[in-house]
Amino acid sequence: MKISTVQDLKNEYQKLASLLALRREEDAVSGKINKREILVCGGTGCMSSDSQEILANLRQEINDAGLQDTVSAHISGCFGFCEKGPIVKIFPDGVFYIEVQPADAREIIDSHIKGNQLVRRLLYEDPANPGLHLARQHEIPFYKKQLRIALRNCGLINPESMEECIAAQGYQALGKCLSEYTPKQVVDIMKASGLRGRGGGGFPTGVKWEAAYVQPMGKKYVVCNADEGDPGAFMDRSILEGDSHSIIEAMAIAAYAIGANEGYVYIRAEYPLAIKRLSKAISDASDWGLLGDNIMNTGFSFNLKLQYGAGAFVCGEETALLRSIEGGRGEPTTKPPFPAQSGLWGYPTVINNVETYANVPPIILRGAEWFSGIGSEKSKGTKVFALAGKINNVGLVEVPMGITLREIIYEIGGGVKNGKAFKAVQTGGPSGGCIDASNIDTRIDYDNLIALGSMMGSGGMIVIDEDNCMVDIAKFYLDFTVDESCGKCTPCRIGNKRLYELLEDLTQGKGTPEHLDKLKTLSQIIKDTALCGLGQTAPNPVLSTMRYFADEYHAHVHDKTCPAKVCTKLLNFVITEACIGCGRCARGCPANCISGELRKMFVIDQAKCIKCGACQDACPKQAVARQ
Amino acid sequence: MVSLTINNMPVQVEDGVTILEAARKLNIDIPTLCHLELHDLKMVNQVASCRVCVVEVKGRRNLAPACATQVFEGMEVLTHTPTVIKARRMVVELILSNHPKNCLMCNKSTDCELQNLAASLGIFEIEYVGQMSQHKPEQSSRAISRDMNKCVLCRRCETMCSKVQTVNVLSAMERGFDTVMGTAFNLPMADSTCVNCGQCVAVCPTAALTEVNNISKAWDYLADDGKIVIVQTAPAVRAALGEAFGLPPGTNVTGKMVTALRMLGFNKVFDTDFAADLTIMEEAAELVHRIKHGGTIPMLTSCCPGWVKFIEHQFNDMLDIPSSCKSPQQMFGAIAKTYLTQKLNIPLEKMVLISVMPCLAKKYEASREEHKTPEGVQEVDLVITTRELAKMIKEAGINFASLAESDFDDPMGASTGAGVIFGASGGVLEAALRTAYEWITGQKLEKVDFTSLRGLDGIKEATVKIGDMDVNVAAASGLGNARHLLECVRAGECNYHVIEIMACPGGCIDGGGQPYHHGNIGILQKRTNALYQADRDKPVRKSHENPYIQQLYQEFLGEPYSEKAKELLHTTYTKRELM
Repeated sequence: MKISTVQDLKNEYQKLASLLALRREEDAVSGKINKREILVCGGTGCMSSDSQEILANLRQEINDAGLQDTVSAHISGCFGFCEKGPIVKIFPDGVFYIEVQPADAREIIDSHIKGNQLVRRLLYEDPANPGLHLARQHEIPFYKKQLRIALRNCGLINPESMEECIAAQGYQALGKCLSEYTPKQVVDIMKASGLRGRGGGGFPTGVKWEAAYVQPMGKKYVVCNADEGDPGAFMDRSILEGDSHSIIEAMAIAAYAIGANEGYVYIRAEYPLAIKRLSKAISDASDWGLLGDNIMNTGFSFNLKLQYGAGAFVCGEETALLRSIEGGRGEPTTKPPFPAQSGLWGYPTVINNVETYANVPPIILRGAEWFSGIGSEKSKGTKVFALAGKINNVGLVEVPMGITLREIIYEIGGGVKNGKAFKAVQTGGPSGGCIDASNIDTRIDYDNLIALGSMMGSGGMIVIDEDNCMVDIAKFYLDFTVDESCGKCTPCRIGNKRLYELLEDLTQGKGTPEHLDKLKTLSQIIKDTALCGLGQTAPNPVLSTMRYFADEYHAHVHDKTCPAKVCTKLLNFVITEACIGCGRCARGCPANCISGELRKMFVIDQAKCIKCGACQDACPKQAVARQ
Repeated sequence: MVSLTINNMPVQVEDGVTILEAARKLNIDIPTLCHLELHDLKMVNQVASCRVCVVEVKGRRNLAPACATQVFEGMEVLTHTPTVIKARRMVVELILSNHPKNCLMCNKSTDCELQNLAASLGIFEIEYVGQMSQHKPEQSSRAISRDMNKCVLCRRCETMCSKVQTVNVLSAMERGFDTVMGTAFNLPMADSTCVNCGQCVAVCPTAALTEVNNISKAWDYLADDGKIVIVQTAPAVRAALGEAFGLPPGTNVTGKMVTALRMLGFNKVFDTDFAADLTIMEEAAELVHRIKHGGTIPMLTSCCPGWVKFIEHQFNDMLDIPSSCKSPQQMFGAIAKTYLTQKLNIPLEKMVLISVMPCLAKKYEASREEHKTPEGVQEVDLVITTRELAKMIKEAGINFASLAESDFDDPMGASTGAGVIFGASGGVLEAALRTAYEWITGQKLEKVDFTSLRGLDGIKEATVKIGDMDVNVAAASGLGNARHLLECVRAGECNYHVIEIMACPGGCIDGGGQPYHHGNIGILQKRTNALYQADRDKPVRKSHENPYIQQLYQEFLGEPYSEKAKELLHTTYTKRELM
């Protein structure tokens, strides 16, 4: 297939749109269903839980039942509800099965497809109303407050099908730009939309494009930052796995807007599935004439290459990423000059992250006004968050800006795991900060998070409960940044190391009041002097936890205790009266410091105890307490 | 032009200038550490990694590195607010927190930029202590000693090695606190493609990179009654040695140096310039031979051991191009340990030859296998640099600046003006042209100054009319420039007859063993001027007119490029791999 004009592209859409008809009918189903489609999640998470085998089994069952003409099964991108994966969704009835096993394929076909009977045991059970099973995706609380723009095609189309991409209006926005807008108009639409960079900094995308657009004509580049490095964040991977074409299309639009003909996607080598699907999408788009020279005979050419990242966190920083593409060491360089002025090999370069690009085609198709109508005053549109930590519904959620933390954590996320008390939420990854319970009604947008001492980052959202020690949490994040620092500038290379060492002292009972002053002073100076965003934001976890959890720091320093009972050096392991005298603790103790007679209470010699916790693990009666 | 204010003082500067440069116009020296800009040599290390030069810029959320931040219209800069002072001190404290504190016993003590910086900021205490780097010192190289615990990761060595010299041996490895400047695969320097030019040492602000120190070995030789220790001093040494004793840069201290060497205990004090004249005889003869017998043209000079190792690694398909002549240092050694031993009646096993060189690669060159006398003795026993000689003179308590002048010993102390200009880029070529002209045309060359070949430009070219022949010559200094010329030659796009190459930008006057210039590049021009002045002051300015050289040929070598000369004064090259 070769699309040779923009009109061709429109015609092709008209022709193929029906491919997704069943999947779009979801809410309008009534009466007998003649044709069905089954989507099986083909994201990395569900695939590692055998979703490919589920798909194979479903197809086998369909064949065995002779239903090939009326029922088909396909893979799709990630549905986001990873906690409950693997997910299988049936159209047009919109039934959403969770935690499906390969062996469940027969029952799904027999009962649901042939018998029109829901497989109840695979439906989501509302924790608030035990016994109430929710069959449809949109009935499930996890999805109720979501608004999917960037993830619009994830869980809807087969990411490896060019036809389904076209049926989902793929490349229509590019066609519209090439046929109806000048580059300047595209830049203006992006500016008016209010879209801000989803990779961390929140810089207005349109302003960035304009900065590259106004550079003199000549070689320019468009780059996609797919070096998703925040621990726990996987929205970029999901988008690339579920809807690669939207990124290719958006990059082509950006290239058209700034006057570039070449682009790079810098993608982590640890994302093999995303690489595979993106590579196929690039190849398909080229075959269809939507990438390459003289696209749709408009005179516009755009070629796209992949560059693999080796997994250095700092390569998510745009200047380091560009150096890495150039073949150099992944190290940030001073800004200005900004990439839009002097980027890849010194040429003007627009670099945006995956999620940012994913918003571009809908903005072009539906207009800047539509997009800027969503969200808060200064943060428009939606944001994808990767919910993780001590939360019931781990997964990927896309919500309008301005939603509160409480709504995400309690309504979408289903609250804190195991009924524990909520303590804090960490947003923005290692560069972000911890926000305490008193701020849980804050409306999430770029500026509010910064005011709270955290940041949007790429959208990691990790829930922390009463069992977490905040000093330990700060140390954990700093350990990450110390490890991932490129080592170029002094404040990050040595300063963050010293911060880490101060925290280490605190968790080991060596903290003094002076430590706290030093932590604050050094944190501020690192923020002021580090070369790049990684270094400048690395102290955020320290400063934010010191701000909201000063009492915990106080306890570590003055009382030499860890209120959350995490920092083992500050704890004593004590055998309580629940002891049955079985002696397992003594046998498991590597320091041989537990003694006692069988069937009588054992005792730990505190002077010899190395606080490893082996006794606690060995005790069948939970009689070993941390005090 | 851009108008801005620095500390509320208005200043106008050109577009594209950094805050650092703009502040200098107002007599404000913002402290720096990693920054290094050697304008004439086109070397800019603007990595902004140390963060010492941070300043406040109104409207900016964090502090700006003055070295890498361009000024803009209406900019308001503050260079010593409490925030700036505190941040700057803290940054230096952090560097010191991971730096050995044994300054008293450091090779760079009193010559260390970090030490000076800490002193000027008045840092007497380090609040933030913690883990320190534990790298093993690396001593594999004959020329360059590495102690990465003293490295501040300014990256000057990397910029010099990669961008200026295009040798690409040193670069940053590992990450975070473990980041270290190293060779590919952590190979020992001796096994790397390092050419030992020592330009990394010349720009290192601390003692992370220093010369391999041969001072104690030199003292041992001098103290050995069973040895007759003779010394040769390279041309560029005399133009820089005085700097170590507070004399103005560009002071020619030849006579004081000779006096000092005698006071140190050297039995005979000779001049490498003599061997430079000898090199011209052989090189000019080889050139004439190549032209007459259809040998490879262009011919490249081979005085510089850094350059020789560079071509052996980087252009090892072109090893027939360099002249087969040994360098003056080695020619001196070859003659000293044959002719001179006879002449002065010194048993070979008693003679020790120490070279004083502006160069680190000479330390390596002296150790090369092929540089042995027919008896299998190393031609040069020990090489010390200008800096090491200065330290020895200080150690001996010699008041150098007040010394009377004295002359070199005969017969290998006499030289012409052609020999002395070997120390500057273009000098070898100019010296060769003076001789080649007269040999080829049989006429006296009246105007001996080839000024188009002088100066610090990286590549200099000239066409010289010798008889009916237009001889195209070029001189490159700095290995990046050399690479440029060689690629041009390899592609067959350059039509040169003779090319002079010096590894160090500006030639030996900027050698890796010279007193540190600390970024003050004006010094290099002054050293160069001193050598050309010495040339002008010489009664004889053409190598072939050196009476002692003539005598050497009459008594010992026969003709230039004779079999005996080839045996002693010419060498071969080794094909080395580019890893």
